Amino acid sequence: MSTIRIPPALRAVVGAPEVEASGSTVGEALADLAKRYPTVRQQLYDDEGSLQKYVNVYLNQQDVQYLQRLETPAGPGDTIIILPAMAGGM
Amino acid sequence: MAPTFQDVFLQVKREIEAVSTREAVEMLLTSPGKGAALIDVRESNEWEEGHIPGAVHIPRSYLEERIETAVPDRSRPVILYCAAGVRSAFAAKTLKEMGYEHPISMDGGFGRWKDEGRAFVTPRVLNAEQLKRYSRHVLIPEVGEAGQLKLLDASVLLVGAGGLGSPAALYLAAAGVGTMGIVDSDVVDESNLQRQVLHTTDRVGTPKVDSAKATLSALNPHITVTPYNVRMRDDNIDDLLAPYDIVVDGGDNFDTRYLLNDACVRLGKPNVSASILSFDGQLTTFIPGESGCYRCVFPEPPPAGMAPSCGQSGVLGVLPGVMGTLQATEVLKLILGIGEPLVGRLLMFDALSMTFMELRLRRDPECPVCGHATMAAVENHREAVSV
Repeated sequence: MSTIRIPPALRAVVGAPEVEASGSTVGEALADLAKRYPTVRQQLYDDEGSLQKYVNVYLNQQDVQYLQRLETPAGPGDTIIILPAMAGGM
Repeated sequence: MAPTFQDVFLQVKREIEAVSTREAVEMLLTSPGKGAALIDVRESNEWEEGHIPGAVHIPRSYLEERIETAVPDRSRPVILYCAAGVRSAFAAKTLKEMGYEHPISMDGGFGRWKDEGRAFVTPRVLNAEQLKRYSRHVLIPEVGEAGQLKLLDASVLLVGAGGLGSPAALYLAAAGVGTMGIVDSDVVDESNLQRQVLHTTDRVGTPKVDSAKATLSALNPHITVTPYNVRMRDDNIDDLLAPYDIVVDGGDNFDTRYLLNDACVRLGKPNVSASILSFDGQLTTFIPGESGCYRCVFPEPPPAGMAPSCGQSGVLGVLPGVMGTLQATEVLKLILGIGEPLVGRLLMFDALSMTFMELRLRRDPECPVCGHATMAAVENHREAVSV
């Protein structure tokens, strides 16, 4: 189990800023989240089941593309952050 | 009989080392910057009329308090000078008592230095009004008069006079950033007033940049504020950015963010970039050549559903206040050259839990805008057109 930090745009759907997710890798945790929340799956994954290119995923402080991507191990004490691009400033 | 000044002075001269102006020059030219330190112990008004290039100013009355910051290494030779060689002799004795191994008084002082036709500089200083207005800055050792002069000489362009732009502009104007530009093609709307603190109710309907200029000029009439009532586009962005040292991104849509990002990389302008939504804020500082850029982090924009605007999802009014003020903080640090700007770091703020989190941002070597191959091409082009 690890913790996933939910981006602001999806918090209403998920109902919390952070949730626990099962799995031993980043990819498994995200898949668990997507399974529980169809809207999240729709926003984050494409039709082929791959994470959309605009989705940045961090494990603790590091972008997982510089670690082992979705195979990066994640467990208790780890926080997976789905980094949202936000445009607002006005 | 009690010793007279002459007695005391002669005694001090016997105890300290002294050099001539010529010997001082030789010592200073040997490994410049790393060899002997040069301290001017005269009063401020004397310093302002001219001093030896490279000298650090510590008036005699502040010597004990400030010397350790100026010269932390007690084994380093310290040449002290005053107007004629009297105060510097006493200063050398003080440093000796403080454990400095080589304090040296320059015989004849600045008076002899000038008489011999040696080079000196007359510093720029703050005038009386500036000293009063910025006194709280001048008191901070990391800012001082020199730092305040840097702020007055700096130029900052704010893209957006809204939620982020308002606090950023207010604090930069208050700090005395001498030249500010503000770009926004919008007019003030009543719904802005919940957070866009540059504007007022009586200015609803007026161009935001004019409203901004009115507020900022009232706060600090001594700086220049140029309003640009235009939409930033491909065909005007380079001209808009050119006169400014630093850019503050307070825009509200992805098109502007990408456009601005690409131009900042192309022109080599630091970009202090923040964004907000509901209760969350993000902030980072992009410095071309040092950090990545916006596209390294977000190569392409998300669909609208994943990135609603503040107009769609709302925003806690004070949230851009927090983030915009943090943007101004980053700008001031860049201008003053102090602290650690958020280069390569993304600061994320959650107002509800009142927590800050930091993510590491890396430069993508394959980035189409700032990747190594692209930057090399930009450099080659710049060199080619400058010939």
